[in-house]
Amino acid sequence: MERNRFYPKSFIPVLVIFLVLFVLGVVASVVFGARSLSLQEVVDGLRNQGGAYESSVVHKRIIRTVFGLCCGAALGIAGVLMQSVTRNPLADPSILGVNNGAAFFVVCGMAFFHINTASQYIWFALSGALFTAVFVFGIGSLGRGGAAPLKLVLAGAATSAALSSLVTAVMIPRTYVMDQFRFWQVGSIGAGTRDSLLLLLPFLLVGVLVAVITAPALNALALGDEMATGLGVKTGALRLVAAFTGVILCGATTAVAGPIGFVGLLATHLIRMLLGPDLRYLIPMSGLSGAVILIVSDVAGRLAGRPGELEVGVLTAFLGAPVLIILAMKAKVRSL
Amino acid sequence: MKTTIELIKQGRNRRRGRWIAVTTALAVLTAALCCAMLLLGNTIYPVRDVAAVLLGEDVKGATFAIRTIRLPRMLAGLFAGFAFGIAGYVFQTMLRNPLANPNVIGVTAGSSAAAVFCIVVLQSSKALTSVAAVAAGLLTVLIIYGLARGKTFSIGRLILVGIGIQAMCNSIITYLMMIAKEHSLPAAVRWLTGSLNGVKMEELPVLMLACLILVPLICVLGRSLLMLELGEQTATTLGVRTDRTRVLLIVSAVVLSAIATAITGPIASVAFLAGPIAVRLVGTGTANGIPAGLVGAALVLAADLAGQFAFPVKFPVGIITGIIGAPYLLYLLVRMNRKGAF
Amino acid sequence: MRSHTFEARQVVAGYGDKMILNGISLEIPSNQISVIIGANGCGKSTLLKTLARIIKPASGEVRLDGQPLQAYPSKRLARVVGLLPQSPIVPEGITVADLVGRGRFPHQSLFGTWSKRDYEAVAEAMEIMDIAPLANRHVDELSGGQRQRVWIAMALAQQTDILLLDEPTTFLDITYQIEILDLLTDLNRKYGTTIVMVLHDINLSARYADYIFALREGRLVAEGKPSEVITSQLIKDVFGLDCMVVQDPVSNSPSVVPIGRHHAGGRVLLEASR
Repeated sequence: MERNRFYPKSFIPVLVIFLVLFVLGVVASVVFGARSLSLQEVVDGLRNQGGAYESSVVHKRIIRTVFGLCCGAALGIAGVLMQSVTRNPLADPSILGVNNGAAFFVVCGMAFFHINTASQYIWFALSGALFTAVFVFGIGSLGRGGAAPLKLVLAGAATSAALSSLVTAVMIPRTYVMDQFRFWQVGSIGAGTRDSLLLLLPFLLVGVLVAVITAPALNALALGDEMATGLGVKTGALRLVAAFTGVILCGATTAVAGPIGFVGLLATHLIRMLLGPDLRYLIPMSGLSGAVILIVSDVAGRLAGRPGELEVGVLTAFLGAPVLIILAMKAKVRSL
Repeated sequence: MKTTIELIKQGRNRRRGRWIAVTTALAVLTAALCCAMLLLGNTIYPVRDVAAVLLGEDVKGATFAIRTIRLPRMLAGLFAGFAFGIAGYVFQTMLRNPLANPNVIGVTAGSSAAAVFCIVVLQSSKALTSVAAVAAGLLTVLIIYGLARGKTFSIGRLILVGIGIQAMCNSIITYLMMIAKEHSLPAAVRWLTGSLNGVKMEELPVLMLACLILVPLICVLGRSLLMLELGEQTATTLGVRTDRTRVLLIVSAVVLSAIATAITGPIASVAFLAGPIAVRLVGTGTANGIPAGLVGAALVLAADLAGQFAFPVKFPVGIITGIIGAPYLLYLLVRMNRKGAF
Repeated sequence: MRSHTFEARQVVAGYGDKMILNGISLEIPSNQISVIIGANGCGKSTLLKTLARIIKPASGEVRLDGQPLQAYPSKRLARVVGLLPQSPIVPEGITVADLVGRGRFPHQSLFGTWSKRDYEAVAEAMEIMDIAPLANRHVDELSGGQRQRVWIAMALAQQTDILLLDEPTTFLDITYQIEILDLLTDLNRKYGTTIVMVLHDINLSARYADYIFALREGRLVAEGKPSEVITSQLIKDVFGLDCMVVQDPVSNSPSVVPIGRHHAGGRVLLEASR
């Protein structure tokens, strides 16, 4: 790939487009909802003028928007990291069952340890996410071909189904857990309060930092283990750090927003199509596109689900599944 | 030459004997479980009373419990379990992959989505819902097969596309559940986890009819299925009409799955477990449709009994089978990866 | 075995959009061993599959006893033409007798009960291929050579008049290769089975074939007895290889001796012999 420029040819136009979408998404997210606000009301709310009701709605929506953007960014970057580490275009944390793993640990925590605060959920969810990722990766790597895309997806789907059954099994005898769990799970972005946002931020910042720093090394990793080692990269340590970061980002997001799937898959493939595989651009732009995708899905969910709202996870699945299918159709048989 | 013939005869008779012995044992087990379903419950009725009710007499107290609740429950479990078992066996043998069953390749998701749509949006009758479920199931097979065909057919691609279709159908179902009105919810929920609760006698004849027609069809095609196991080319050279046979088998398996799902909801794992268990017991090389069906029936009945009586809380049968099936699925994946099946 | 006329008429065939055979016309000599030779990708396998009715020609047709192949019902065709495919699939846990027995499918009724003839055919096939003692062993436990013999036995149990084999000796040790080719020759001499094989080894082809078809880029470039067809000019045309053709001292058939860059001493002999 010859590139005389410092950045891919289409970078500036794509960046501009996404920034525009970003702004539009943010505006839409504040304006639309169970009760749509006019732009004037929004401005008034920001300035704390106008009615007290409008102000509070605006403030809540702004927090929800920021929350959604952070979740989207985290999931987008987690997706890129997982795909780099496994050299597998289908490695979206939700496909790998990490979401259900986090959910399972949280449910067990609720049932057996009686946890009930967001900060407690987050540690259980993170442990669950890590444990599941290791487990799925372990099973998917057995046998010839290492962690080939198909094997990983199958291991993820099987583990996901198993965990799902276990979650239901733990919940059914305990109605209080069922209520608690639904509240945590259905919350999604709607339950994004300032506290949960503040919980997520440190993980997001650390994750972004690690991702950006390791980007050049991950570029080398994409060429193959032997090539990377030849270029001086410590593949084992790099893999560990990147995978850990990816799982943490996904686990933290699941902990505060419930399981949202396919964002990583959508965000990374969109950017990869537009800008190519260079991770120095792929990582930040996947974060940006993940944020945009999530916030747009959230707005769509709010509009489609009136007067209630449709969980953002439902829309991302509906959008993401065709992408998965198209990827599967295009892939050569051998590379599956 | 005579000794060779003797040798061959010995082997064949041994295998045939095993098939007969195992199938008979499975039939006895299933019959025993059926009896248990009728006898056990909040009140345990003596055999005398149960037999009387079955023969049409009226025994105070027992008649309602047995005729209205337990008998339909048992028949549903028996026929749906058999249907799931044999359908799973057909898919797995034809696609030569133990992971390939109507659930994993997303067919059940399509049926469920269509059914929930009918219940929630169209508010249609039970009969129409079942028809829609079957039609959707067949349509989903066509879609998945069409998408997965590509230049060369690969089972891996089929599974991936199936997972994608499943995810889409699940999100459609979640959306529909959200906009559902209160009174449609219970019927819709039935389609999400398999359960034998609340099955009525009127619903059963369709399922029983489907089994009576399609199971013999699958048995008749049993030999051709064995040839298909050897691969498309070998089967063709042996004189199998591969396209026609495949279509008939797939349609039968999908229709059986869809109708069974219409009555009990998707009972997890049965279609997936029955085939391998049957093969493990009976051995390969024989047409194992009937043993697989019996294993399926036994699994469902046993799981339902466990769900009702083994725990302090009642679990629907789908949860129990889901929990049994999950570790086996993982074990299978481990084994297949080790052997390099992918 | 009965004689048949088996011919391809201007067959154009391939996979998807890609045509590999570009108008092939030939007639398979009855009751003889024919071998198809040619470079990789020239259409040998495709031709065999078209003859076996696995691939449908895009244009042209294959005729058996004057009737187009498409006109035959599946089971009837399977009683006349048998094919040993290139990479057959072995189901798990199947026994040798079982697998060989599957070859009787075209002769059996719906429920597959074995008649006396079925037992005899299977036993005979297993004895010809010398795998009779392995009858109740699992096929996946056998060695490569034994497994190949099991597959050929299955094709034999089909008791077809015409037998098509796609590279029956690839991946086998030289001993097994010779053994199988000798067994196939026995079959032809004893029962008159028409055999059509694709072999990758030119010298074995020349030795065992009664008739050779040479393909290049989907067209027939030569056909005839090995002694007439295998010349250094043909080998150069079909494989792009410089060679000398000498007489094989064991079988009196032509033997190809390649001339590469490092053994060009032969070129002098070649020039001198012209």
